[in-house]
Formats: sequence, structure tokens, C-alpha cells
Amino acid sequence: MNAPFRTEAGGRVDRARPLSFTFDGKSYPGFEGDTLASALLANGVHLVGRSFKYHRPRGLLSAGAEEPNALVGVGRGGRYTPNLRATQVELFDGLVAESQNRWPSLGFDVGEVNDLAPAGLLSAGFYYKTFMAPAGAWKSVFEPIIRKTAGLGVAPQEPDPDHYTHRHAFCDVLVVGAGAAGLAAALAAAGAGARVILADEQAELGGGLLSERGATIDGVEASAWAERTVAALRANPNVTLLTRAQCFGYYAQNFLGIVERLTDHASSPHPDLPRERMWKVRAKQVVLATGAIERPFCFPDNDRPGVMLASAARTYVNRYGVRPGSRALVFTADESGYAAALDLASAGLAVVCIAELRAQADGPGARAARAAGLAVHPSTVVTGVSGRLRVTGATLGAIGPDGRVTPGQTVACDLVLMAGGWTPAVHLFSQSRGKLRFDEERQVYLPGVSAQDERSAGACNGTFGIAASLAEGFAAGADAATKAGFAATAPATPDVKGEIVPAGGFHGAVPHHRDPQKVKAFVDFQNDVTAKDIKLAVREGMRSIEHVKRYTTNGMATDQGKTSNMQGLAIASDALGKPMPQVGLTTFRPPYTPVTFGAFAGHSRGLAFDPIRRTPTHDWAAAQGAVFEDVGMWKRAWFFPRRGEDMHAAVERECRQVRASVGIFDGSTLGKIEVVGPDAAEFMNRLYTNPWSKLEPGRCRYGLMLNEAGFVMDDGVIGRLAADRFHVTTTTGGAPRVLAHMEDYLQTEFTDLKVWLTSTTEQWAVIAVQGPNARKVLEPLVEGIDISAAAMPHMSLREGRICGVPTRLFRVSFTGELGFEVNVPADYGQAVWEAVWAEGQKHDMVAYGTESMHVLRAEKGYIIVGQETDGTVTPNDLGLDWAIGKAKPDFVGKRSLTRPDLVKADRKQLVGLLTEDPAVLLEEGAQVAAVATPVRGTPALGHVTSAYRSPAAGRSIAMALVAGGRARKGQTLYVPMANGAIAVTVTDPIFFDPKGERLDV
Amino acid sequence: MLLIRCPVCEMDRPELEFRYGGEAHIARPLDPSKVSDEEWADFLYFRTNPKGLHVERWRHTAGCGRFFNAVRHTVTDRFVTTYKSGEPRPDLEALARKLESAR
Amino acid sequence: MKFSALTILRQALAGNLGWPEQWRSPEPKPAYDAVIVGGGGHGLATAYYMAKEHGMRNIAVVERGWLGGGNTGRNTTIIRSNYLWEESEGLYEHALKLWEGLSQELNYNVMYSARGVMMLAHNVHDVQVFKRHVHANRLQGIDNEWLTPEQAKAFCPILNIEKGIRYPIVGAALQRRGGTARHDAVAWGYARGASALGVDIIQNCEVTGIDRDASGAVSGLRTTKGDIRTRRIGVVAAGHTSVVMAMAGVRMPLESYPLQALVSEPVKPIMPCVVMSNTIHAYMSQSDKGELVIGAGTDAYTSYSQTGGLHIASHTLDAICELFPVVRRMRMLRNWGGIVDVTPDRSPIIGNTPVPGLFVNCGWGTGGFKATPGSGHVFAHTVARGEPHPINAAFTLDRFRTGRLIDEAAAAAVAH
Repeated sequence: MNAPFRTEAGGRVDRARPLSFTFDGKSYPGFEGDTLASALLANGVHLVGRSFKYHRPRGLLSAGAEEPNALVGVGRGGRYTPNLRATQVELFDGLVAESQNRWPSLGFDVGEVNDLAPAGLLSAGFYYKTFMAPAGAWKSVFEPIIRKTAGLGVAPQEPDPDHYTHRHAFCDVLVVGAGAAGLAAALAAAGAGARVILADEQAELGGGLLSERGATIDGVEASAWAERTVAALRANPNVTLLTRAQCFGYYAQNFLGIVERLTDHASSPHPDLPRERMWKVRAKQVVLATGAIERPFCFPDNDRPGVMLASAARTYVNRYGVRPGSRALVFTADESGYAAALDLASAGLAVVCIAELRAQADGPGARAARAAGLAVHPSTVVTGVSGRLRVTGATLGAIGPDGRVTPGQTVACDLVLMAGGWTPAVHLFSQSRGKLRFDEERQVYLPGVSAQDERSAGACNGTFGIAASLAEGFAAGADAATKAGFAATAPATPDVKGEIVPAGGFHGAVPHHRDPQKVKAFVDFQNDVTAKDIKLAVREGMRSIEHVKRYTTNGMATDQGKTSNMQGLAIASDALGKPMPQVGLTTFRPPYTPVTFGAFAGHSRGLAFDPIRRTPTHDWAAAQGAVFEDVGMWKRAWFFPRRGEDMHAAVERECRQVRASVGIFDGSTLGKIEVVGPDAAEFMNRLYTNPWSKLEPGRCRYGLMLNEAGFVMDDGVIGRLAADRFHVTTTTGGAPRVLAHMEDYLQTEFTDLKVWLTSTTEQWAVIAVQGPNARKVLEPLVEGIDISAAAMPHMSLREGRICGVPTRLFRVSFTGELGFEVNVPADYGQAVWEAVWAEGQKHDMVAYGTESMHVLRAEKGYIIVGQETDGTVTPNDLGLDWAIGKAKPDFVGKRSLTRPDLVKADRKQLVGLLTEDPAVLLEEGAQVAAVATPVRGTPALGHVTSAYRSPAAGRSIAMALVAGGRARKGQTLYVPMANGAIAVTVTDPIFFDPKGERLDV
Repeated sequence: MLLIRCPVCEMDRPELEFRYGGEAHIARPLDPSKVSDEEWADFLYFRTNPKGLHVERWRHTAGCGRFFNAVRHTVTDRFVTTYKSGEPRPDLEALARKLESAR
Repeated sequence: MKFSALTILRQALAGNLGWPEQWRSPEPKPAYDAVIVGGGGHGLATAYYMAKEHGMRNIAVVERGWLGGGNTGRNTTIIRSNYLWEESEGLYEHALKLWEGLSQELNYNVMYSARGVMMLAHNVHDVQVFKRHVHANRLQGIDNEWLTPEQAKAFCPILNIEKGIRYPIVGAALQRRGGTARHDAVAWGYARGASALGVDIIQNCEVTGIDRDASGAVSGLRTTKGDIRTRRIGVVAAGHTSVVMAMAGVRMPLESYPLQALVSEPVKPIMPCVVMSNTIHAYMSQSDKGELVIGAGTDAYTSYSQTGGLHIASHTLDAICELFPVVRRMRMLRNWGGIVDVTPDRSPIIGNTPVPGLFVNCGWGTGGFKATPGSGHVFAHTVARGEPHPINAAFTLDRFRTGRLIDEAAAAAVAH
């Protein structure tokens, strides 16, 4: 079956490759090389969508990225994609597309009732003025209805099965857009030896040249010249050609984002192919050759299917071999309208007449049209069209010398073309922070002062016509190459014949004789913004173009105002009685066209979303059935459940076994920093609250670090290996922050100190062996170290070997039991761990995780930075004044500790809380109050920082920060919960072995 | 993604290799115990935050690890110069004049 | 003219030709009793409440650009009051209560929608922090409840609560009264209300200087539309606060950072609430129009550029696609940046300054929109009476000297 509106020959579709596709369930034929839009037109389908507010039937306005109407959903299941422009969807065999925002069908849409509402009822901003009573009705009644009717397509319902990728690229010259100017620029730059990337959003390079008919370049058809040029570029190894590649954003320092579509056009792409690739290009120089967008006219019912941009009709007939209708009326204010009329006539369409808005119709286009026998009527406008689902005719009007319009004839036609002039696509230039200038003659914004290393060429620079674009493109390419360091000259412009150069244009609403209250003339098609809406916004005091935009939503649709922004500006400027540049221009924001979320995310998904840090014993723990918790990027063994155990049971068993005999714990995630140098001790004096000068080599000390504001930021045990060498440990999460903090002071404040800092977190595996039998487990394994109580007291450090491996052995405890932390090179971590584990079996050693570690330390009242502290807690608050070197003249944070609020008596202080009922466990984060039912608004006394069931204490325990807490010991306070307050007694924050007798054994 | 010239490595490198360090040339008082609460607050918290040329610290964390200083325009994000820690603060007015004349 | 369905009908039948200006656009008078610098939501709300509740009608709002053109028109419109510290709870809850009746108060539909704000916990530390918030809020009578992952998914069905993902969701805190509103309408509604009460709203009027008399007190300001005499100035200039305050010789504890946001193309409703994840840095809601509204983190460096790096928006979308895998094929329609003024403790400064007659309301950082009505209300009191309202009494500039910070950021400190 042949499509009825397909031309007999011509166009760039491959007639040898017929394809089949469905739209709204109906099957149609098409060809390879078609877009969904061209194939639908070839089958005579113009009605393709419904508008946002009025649900007006809509057809294809354009043939490209600016399309506001023809949004369709494509694909099935997880690959369903809403809101795609039919003009950009490439056809493949089996493509399934459907229309959107209509019910029950595209032809009969109940929502169209909105269009029949009294004129002006749903005008701009109406929703700000109603739906307010009764209060609460907005949320419960009106908003749900509005939400349901708003939105365009339906979001995908299943996870996307496709993947996406990124690529970083560097080049001398990036050329954006492969029309006449872009191809020329690429040729010139590449010819000079520059590395060039040429990116174009379309499947085929050539831009507007591919839609030309009649014009020749060096004696060949423009499209043939494009083909020849592309072949030459492709043969140049310095040139990277990107098709289906939309440059969507221009960022600082010539960094541009390009998204390349790789599989959407294929019926059965290789499953390993990513769907899209995001290119992040750093270019020395950029040439913008992004073309221009044709403006529609704003006249009553200008949105009916069959009303189309003249350039689009040209593209459909010349490039795709499709007749977009049978009888065309051409409405123009630009020479380019005549080119379209001539092309349509050549393709066998009847051109009813050409309505020329301008008074003079004697330009090169008009002359050529008349010569071809086409009727040209100057000072003539279209004042309306007939037909609802498709244009059936149009009414003309004559503009009198006074500017008033008198009704004219009605003509029968099924196609109305609009050639309202061209708006240069300055989006990327504007994004580059270049300053736009207003061109008074053409009444458009053009690139003015550059902010980055770029230049514009061709239509986007206000330079129209093939010959002029080629010349400017060559010059731009040569300039870019020269600035990138290559000797370049612009090639001579080829000989261009037979082109009709765009010239003219019109802005604002087309004058007409009809009752303005009864008609709708659209400015923003998708968002249903009419000329009246814009005038209303101005009437209501919206004087800034941004207010007009936001109040009317003009330019905020998915086409981002490509066909509506300048029109809206012109109408607003008219209503305000101010010239356009004084009204202003809305900001051009990235992206140029919508970009898939997945393309931004790339491979950063699933487990690759963020790197996983694993300790050397991770696999061992996993094999033992450990449950892991996320701590920053680390996976830490949380607890080791045995069959049938929940976390509570496992933790209780682990804790009991540690205190009864011995446990093993992986402390490898602790941050480790080697502080080395002749001034290492002085550096430590300044960075930590504690004194370090007198700490003997071989000894350890608990170190407390403050930020300059005086609040605790980190802690850890620090060992002195030698006079000039400290082994610093930090919290797991704090390691990078602490090192950065140290480097900051070392490099920028304490520059007099000779110290070097090295992160060794990843170099050492840390195996904590804790419990009364810890020494017995290690004794047979260590070599050359006497770990007896006499030789190696608590808080000491020895270097030697264990299991044949070098070790730094710390005698430290975070459990309150006899304990060691065995540091070995990380590569030996698992081997040494397994050796210790094997030896430990003689003593019923238990492996314990972070949860038991927390319980064991809480029983002893040891704090965890980040749990007992929250960035607002001082050493005194924690009862850690003993860790402050009183004699030191200064350390980071010391000065802040004397600020008025930091010395107040009622600061929140760390205390223990014991519930009256020992079986009741407090909830971490619960608030502490003085009375059982505090009056609303009464400040809390504090909050519970840690709460556990303590096997050692045989009851629940908790720590809390409580205002003036240390003075409240013995008092009864309350922890209000949803189902009543829990009475608690304030105690010391230490619940087991208060004298520390178990440590010193 | 800004490109930043590390004055130590003498290379332009992407922003991700660096960490911003706030306003530069705010010296910690040599004897903090001697300064008033007001002066101490000024050191800790109060910043110029200019709209225009900003003298600021960066650290080449994923490179040489060194802190250095930069003058950047906070409206265009353009770096005017970068220099090593310890070198004197540039004359901003002279830099601004130079920028103006280069236009 | 009172806005109502009836007015709309009546006006529509008359061709919509009878609508008056929503606010007057007068030229500045030579003198006012007070001038508010900054015509965003906070500034306009301040003027509205000064006129309405403090009878100050001879006042003006001066705005450098267009009303609501700063962060009011650039934010992701999240409203909630589930803050940690009592001072913050008081301030944001005051605002939330005003939101609940704001459309009626202003006779302007600001579309406040209590859709619920859900904050996701991804690890044990998050759980501790959010539960602390839940308990703290409940004590102050602020709704906030703890949800299991399953309950969270029931509330937001497109949420991915699979256990095997990189940062699985282990729970969530939900404030049901939290939600969103229509940002532009807030600025316009307050402007209309203030203008009707006699406040002069002057756009395109940039302040170029602040004059002080011999005693050091403010005596007027210089603008691109001429000099204005006044004894009271309220600066509500968000990201530009440092610039304006420098004109009076006042240094501020502020840094201005770019903050990006983005929206998708509009689709039919899929997202019934607001979801935030501080741990993986993303938040999302769906607007009445159908766009997914997504917020990113701040860029790493101070800037007034109103743009930001591609990598920041990319990282946000990484996170969004992890939390909501069905949106991976959705497309980003618009991406923009604002300038947020950030204080060292991430809480605002609302109050007097060392200069008599000069008041400041700033430092809202990434979350000022939600406070708009409350901020305006208490700042109106502050400027009108010359001293803070009890609700903003703690948010002084002096707290940076005393150390009495209200540190909302610190409470989220990383654990272990």
C-alpha cells in the first residue's frame, strides 16, 4: 500500500525500504528516512495531538525541534517514552506511537469542552483568582482535578531497561549545527589541521540544505553539495561527526553538553548498545551554527491542523517526498514564503494564492512566484480558518492604508502555510553568557558581545541565505582554527545560484476585523496562550516579560518558547507601548531540547551509583553470615546472626562472649593519618585539645579534635611511634575531613611547622581483639613483642611482627576489656584475621559487629562522635575536660570555648539515663523533659543520644545530652513518647566497671 | 565544570580535582586569647562575599594537595589569576582595571 | 476587586477588559516611613504585614529587577516545619500556620498543598537523626511521623525500596502538613495585598547606596530611580544581602552559593508528595502542571552567576533515578540556578544590625521559601517596632559573637 500523499519521486527517504508503523493502534506505511511526522502526513494524518488547556485538536506545526503540538508517546512497557516530538522521532519498522492528553480518543476528546467554555473564562492566571473557598477545598477537591487534567503524556510505569553512557572529549573547534554555515566552518577548521567535532541534532547532516530545491552550489543541488561535503569531512581523521547529537548546554569555559541518540531510531538495536551517550566536550574554540526558527503568525484559529510553518511544508515536500496537503494557501511576510509556495507548486500542490502581509510584494520571491503563475496579494492577511480537525478553508482580509482590515474572500484549502520571518536560534550563545543585541532592522535578538571563545555563523547570527551562510561559516571556521593555534584562511565561497534569501518578517498579532472576544489566536500553541492572554497579563500589571511569561505560561511548554517567545514579547511590547528591547527578554536556560534523565546519570546507577568500600575481611564476614550496614561509603559488618537469631539476640550473645572470653572486630574503617616531622608533637598540640609533647614513644593517648568554633569534630586513639612520628586514628566517617582540616592548618596557618601528613587508612587492616582472653589469643602469634601486662600496659604501642607480618600493635580498648588492636598491612589483613580467628577458637572467640561495638562502648560510657555529638557539643558538655591540655597557650577551637554561650551553666551535658523499668528501652532521638506531659512549646531539656539493652548491666541503658545534666544526677526526668512518658533517673554515663578494673589486667 | 589553573602543578585541571576553601587572606589571630569576642567572630564567620572579584582559597585535593589562592569573578566565574599560598594578595583594583581595558 | 469565580465569570463576559492592575507601579516618593529593600516573597510579605498589622502605610518596597525574580521564582517550593531546634520549629511552624490560610488571607490562590514531605533515611545514622526530629517536633506540637520503608512506598508508590540497591531506604520521616505552593503567586499575592494597603512597590529600582546621619543611623538610600529619605530600612535581599549591607558598612556572616533546580516535561500525576533524601542529595515533587520539580545541592564555590555546573545537576539526577527508577526515561526540560545566602549555622538572621534603623532578614540558604509568610510577619514586627518578635528573637546577628548558634546543619553530622 502506498501512502496517498507521498510524491512519486524525490526526497531523501529510501523508497526501497518500506516500513510499517502504528499510530493510535492503526497501521500505516512509511519509508526508511521518514520521521513519524512525515510518515503521518504522507498518509494524510494531520490530527496528531490535543492542546494542554483547551484540548484543541492539533496538527503538525513544524518539521523540527521547535514542534509544540505533535507530542506523542512512543514504545511499549519499560521503553515507553512520553512527550516525544513526532517531528524528531525517526521511523523504524514496527514503531508504535500514540497520541496523548485525550479521552476517549484523539478525534473525540471530552476535554475539548474547555474550549467551549465562555470565552475568557479560562484566561491567563484564572486559577490564581478562584478555588479558594472553602479553605482546604484546594487540596482536597480542586487540585486533584487540575492535576489530573494537567500533564501531557503518561509517565513510564516500569523501570527503564536501557542504559546510558558518557564520553569526555576535547577538540580544537566544536561546530554546533551542520547546515550551510556549520559545514563550511567545519571544512575551514579541519582544512587548517584543527581537531574538529561537528554535531547536529538530525540523523543526516546538512540542515536546511537538505530541504532546498532549486538552489545549486557549485552547479549541484544544495543537498548534493552537503552530501559531498560530509563525505569529505568524514574522510578527514581530524574530524568527528556526530549525528542525532543535540548540543543542549553551553557551560563555563567552553564546556558543552551534547546528547547523542544511539538506538531510538532502530527497530532492533543491539542490546549492548547504550540508548544515549552524553558527550562532555571541552573545546578550545566554538562555532555556533544553530540556524533560525521560523515564526508562525498569530491570527484566529491559527492552530487548526493543516496550519503549518512554510519552512516545514518545504521540508516535508523536498526532504521527505510528502505533500502536506492538496490546496495550499501561503501567508507570508518573508521572502522565504515564496520559496515554499514555489516548491509546493512544483510538487503538484495547488497553491490557491499567496497572501503577503507586507504592502510591497515585489521582492525576489514575489517576482519568482508571479513568474511561475502564482497569485500574490499584498497587504493581505489571513483572518481565520474553517475546519476543526483539519483546515477546510481560510478567510482573507485586506489591510487598508489606515491599518484596518476589511474582510475579503474565503478560499477553500486544506493547508495554510505561515512564513512570519525567522528568529535566530541564539539559545546556546545566550547560555554561554554572551550579551545579546537587538537588531532594529529585523526586530530580532542577535549575538552581541561574546563571553567565551565562540562565534556564531549563518542564520543564528542573522545571516540568511546559503551563499552568505557559507561565506560566514568559512570565515568562522578559519577564525576558530586560527585562535586555536592553526594557520587558517577562509576558503573561497562556492558559486550559489537560484536561492531565494529569507528577508522580511513580522512580529506580534496579525490585525483582523473580527470580534476579539470571540476568537482565539494562539501564541504558545502547546500551553494554549493566546494574544488576549498576553494583553490581559499586561492589563493586570505584569510589566516585566518574566511576569508575562510566568502569568500566562507563554514559552514554558516543552518547546520552551521556540516559536512563541518573540511573538509574546512583541505583543507585550505593543500592549505596554514600549519597544521590545525595553520590555526585556526571558532567560535562555539549558537544555535546548529536553534531555533524558538517564543520560545525565549514565552508568552511575545500581551498585555503581557510588563506590563501595570494603574492608580486607569483608568476604570472610560475608561467609560467616554477617549483616552489613552502610557507614558512609563503607560496608561494615553490623552483627553476625546465627541460625534463628535476630539482631537483638545476636548482639546479646556477641557482647556476653566478649566480656566472658574474647571477641574479634574489624576496625579497618577507622581513619588513619601518619603525622611525621620534627614538629609533629607541636602540630598535634595545636590540632588536638590534649598535650602531646610529653607522650613517650610507645605510648598512646585518646585525642580530641575541635573545630575552630570550639565544637567536637573528631576523636581517636593516637600513638606515638617515635619523637617525630604519630599514628593518628580518626572516626570512620571523619577521616577525609580530619586530614583536610589538618592540611588546611598546616599549609595556611602553621606554616612554620615541619610536618608531613599521609593518609594510611587503606594501608592498615585493623583487627581488634577484645576480652579477658585477648592476650592469650595473641601471645602465640606475635613475634618479638612482649605483650605481658608488665611489658605492655594499657594505652601503649609496639612494633614487631605477627604471623610473620609487620604489625603496629596497640593495647587499647573500646570495650572496657583488656584489648588489642592489631594493625597489619591491608593485603595481609584477611590472612592475619583468619590466623587470629583460628587461635581464638581455643577460647570460644566470637566475631562481633558494629552494633555490639556500640553496646560495649556505651556500657563504658565511651562516646561516639556523631552520635553523642552533633556539631554543637563542647568537650565540657561531654565531661571531657580532662582531655584538654590546660597549659597549652592555644589549640584549634580553644578561643571559642570561652565565648559567652559556651561557658553557660545550663548547657546540655552528657549523662546516663536509667529507666524505672529496666526492661524498657528508650528510643534514640527521644526528647527529655522535666515533667511527664510538658506544655506544648516548652523547650526540651535534651535528647537521648544512645540507648541499648546492656547484657553487662542486665538492663536497658541510655546516654543523653541534658541541660545542666551533671547537676541533675539522681533526679527523675521524663521521656515523652506517643503512648505516654517514660520516667528516667539521671546517672553518670557509665554503666559497667566504673573503676576500669577490667582494663588493667 | 570550571577549569582551574593550579599554580603548583602549573596545569589547568577540572574543578572536580579541587576543593574550594573560602575567602583567602583571613589570617588566624597570632594569639587568639588576646582578641575580643567580636574580633574572634569576625575571623570565624564574617566574610566579604563580594559580587565581583573574590580572593579565595582552593586546594588541589586530587592533585598536588596544596592550598593556593585565586582571584575569581563571582558573576562570570572567570578566574583572573591563581597564585601560591604565601604570595601577597594581588591589588584587586589594578586587576579590575586591567580586565576592563582588556575588553 | 475581590477575586472569585463570580468575578472571573463577570469579567470574562465583559471581555476580560475590566481587570485592574494587581498592584500599582508608582514612581518612588522622596521619603517614606520605611523602605524594604528586596521585592521577593519575604520582602513583599514584610511590607504587607507592616501595612496590615502595624499600620505603616507610607512605606515602599524597592526591587532591583522584577518581583519574585530571585529565589522566590527559582526555588522548588517545598514547605515544611519539621526542624530540629525549638527556635527553628517556632519560626517555621509559625510560617506553616500562615500558609494554611494564606490564599484566603490574600484572596489570591497560592495553591498551598499539604501533600506531605517525606525525608528518607538510608542508614542507621539517618534513622537516629530523623527520629530525633520526630520526637522533637512532636513535643512542640508539630506533626512528623516515622514510617517503615513499606509505609513510605505506600505513601509514594514510585519509590524504590528494594534492599539490594546501593543505599537502600530504611525508613522515612513524614510531615503530612508539609507540601508545596505556587511560588510566583506568593510574590504576586503579597504584592497585590500590600499595594492595596498603600505600599508603593517599585521595580527596576536598584539600591546604589545607603546614607547614614551623623549619629550613624540610616537616613535614606540612593537608588537608580533617585534618592529616598527614610529612617528605617529593612534589607531582604537574599543572595545580594552582603552587597547591600556593605553599602552601610556592615559585614555579614554570609556566603552566596549557586543552587540549581530543574523540572521535567509535564506528565500525568505520578508523584503524590514531596520526597527528600539528604544522604544522596536529591529531592523531588510534582507540580500542578505535571512537571517533576527536582532540587540539587549547591555548587562548591561562592558565586553570583545564577548558573551552576553540569556535574551538579547530573549528580542529582543520578540520585533521582536511583530513588525513582521509573523516571529514568523522563526528560529534563529546564535547569536553572539561584543564589542562596548561607550562614555559618544554616539558620537565618532576622533582626537589628549595628546600624540604627537598619534591619536585616537574610541567610535563608537553600530553604527560605517555606518560611515566607512567617519571615515576613516577624520581620514586619521587627522593622515596625524596632525590636524582634519573640519568634525571631534568637535569630540575631549577635549569636555569631556569643556562640549561641542554631545549627540545623550540625544535627545531620556524619556518624561514627
